[in-house]
Amino acid sequence: MDGNLNALTTVFTEFYYWVTVVFMFLIHVGFCMYEVGASRNRNHMHTLMKNIMIIPLVTVTFFLFGWWIYWAFPDFPFFGGLNHDAGNANLPWSETMATNLGDRITGVFWAAFLLFSWTAASIVSGAVIERIRSSALWVHAVLIGSVFWIIDAAWGWHYAGWMVKYLGYHDAYASGVIHAIAGGYALGVICVLGPRLGKFAADGSPRDIPPHNPWMLTIGIFLIYTGFWGFYAACNVPVISPEVIGGQITGTTWTATNIYLAPTSLSAITFNFLMSLSGGLMAAYLVSKGDAFWTFSGGLAGIITASAGNDLYHPIQAMLVAAVGVVIVYNLHFWVERRFKLDDAVGAVAVHGYAGVVGLIISGFVLWGAPSSPFEGYASVTPWGQTIGAVIMFFVLGFLPAFIVSKIQAALGVLRIPREVELRGLDYAEHHAYEDAKAAIIEADKAILAQH
Amino acid sequence: MSTIGYENWAVDLAEVGAIYPFQGSEVLMTVLCVVFWIGWHYIQFKRESEHLENARDIGDKSLVTKSVERY
Repeated sequence: MDGNLNALTTVFTEFYYWVTVVFMFLIHVGFCMYEVGASRNRNHMHTLMKNIMIIPLVTVTFFLFGWWIYWAFPDFPFFGGLNHDAGNANLPWSETMATNLGDRITGVFWAAFLLFSWTAASIVSGAVIERIRSSALWVHAVLIGSVFWIIDAAWGWHYAGWMVKYLGYHDAYASGVIHAIAGGYALGVICVLGPRLGKFAADGSPRDIPPHNPWMLTIGIFLIYTGFWGFYAACNVPVISPEVIGGQITGTTWTATNIYLAPTSLSAITFNFLMSLSGGLMAAYLVSKGDAFWTFSGGLAGIITASAGNDLYHPIQAMLVAAVGVVIVYNLHFWVERRFKLDDAVGAVAVHGYAGVVGLIISGFVLWGAPSSPFEGYASVTPWGQTIGAVIMFFVLGFLPAFIVSKIQAALGVLRIPREVELRGLDYAEHHAYEDAKAAIIEADKAILAQH
Repeated sequence: MSTIGYENWAVDLAEVGAIYPFQGSEVLMTVLCVVFWIGWHYIQFKRESEHLENARDIGDKSLVTKSVERY
């Protein structure tokens, strides 16, 4: 770190990303609370454990190869080979992937991306509660968290990604690269997994399976909102000079940028985060006729719909985009449920997947012609570029691999828990062990009391 | 053509102000925002009145007593 300004910028950036990581941890806490709140008493511990173990499994695999994929894959395989120069610096045996005074950014930057990976895996986890085998879900968690989402990030969420260069793909706060892909992936799994027992009546009409604890669910979603602040901040570069960007920007004015190194500001995304949350909540309240579950989720879906363009939108545009998205997403969820008999237990496919896709398409129109990058020769934002991007995210990298892997798991008999276990509840054995242990210690205490 | 007024970032940021789409439509957007807000109140008031009117006749007396006792 030569010079005080460089040192200050580096340490500030290091600390900035570190804080975003701490905030984003709350997303996972929120997802855990939400899933447990939505599940029935007889499945609590398994539901919780299924989500908690995503943390270590995705972390280790993201250290081993996920982070390397991000740096090596921006052109691979369609527009060039692997970028070994950038990739090698991010292999697990590289010196920069460790305690190193010559590199103070890699660890916090890695962690910021890793927390996105947990989120992607956690989104899938919610859709499949109460009937998937944990072993099957954990394979999916590694695939979405450390392989498929990070491939899409290399392609469409990297300043040199081919989708940005050739499609003008613009997805500042990850409508597509996190939410559409995770929603598409969840859809691929539940298509093969099937609904929970009793979800559909004999005549095919869906039954509501209400959350056992709506308060837990409420706190869960508010923690997700809180963590989302960190998520938004983590998608920006906090401060950088035109010289360091090295693109077309002239002059000496430093700026915050989005992930593509194009200018934005924390002020802009703060306006837009809150206005899209509000647009989503208000629209969801009306369209769901005041249903608490859908109103809260609608706030999240509103943010996700506006996220692709929230670095540039006017706050009122962010609010309206969110509101329109939520109306589409809500109706699409129930149409798909009725038409295809799919059981998306927490509305994850809708809130993340459909909202992400709708948000990308809308942003193509609202940001039509805007530069996708500060570098020369990149395509500008268009409706068709964003729509193709949405298909790649939701279907090609999300739905398709999930469907194929789930089919393999189903064929091997390792996808779904046995019917008897589903009816008794996944925690049945643990509940009995708990009751037996409780009875034994009460008897022991009574016996000791009787001696005195 | 670019909805944000810039087709590339070959600019000096010291000379750049607003970069949101459709600059010049701020008043129209504000009107839309107000319509959305007031419209929301209108629909919500109407629906809540209907809901409360229907709720007056829901439940038999014993169930209502039970509900009160549940606190």
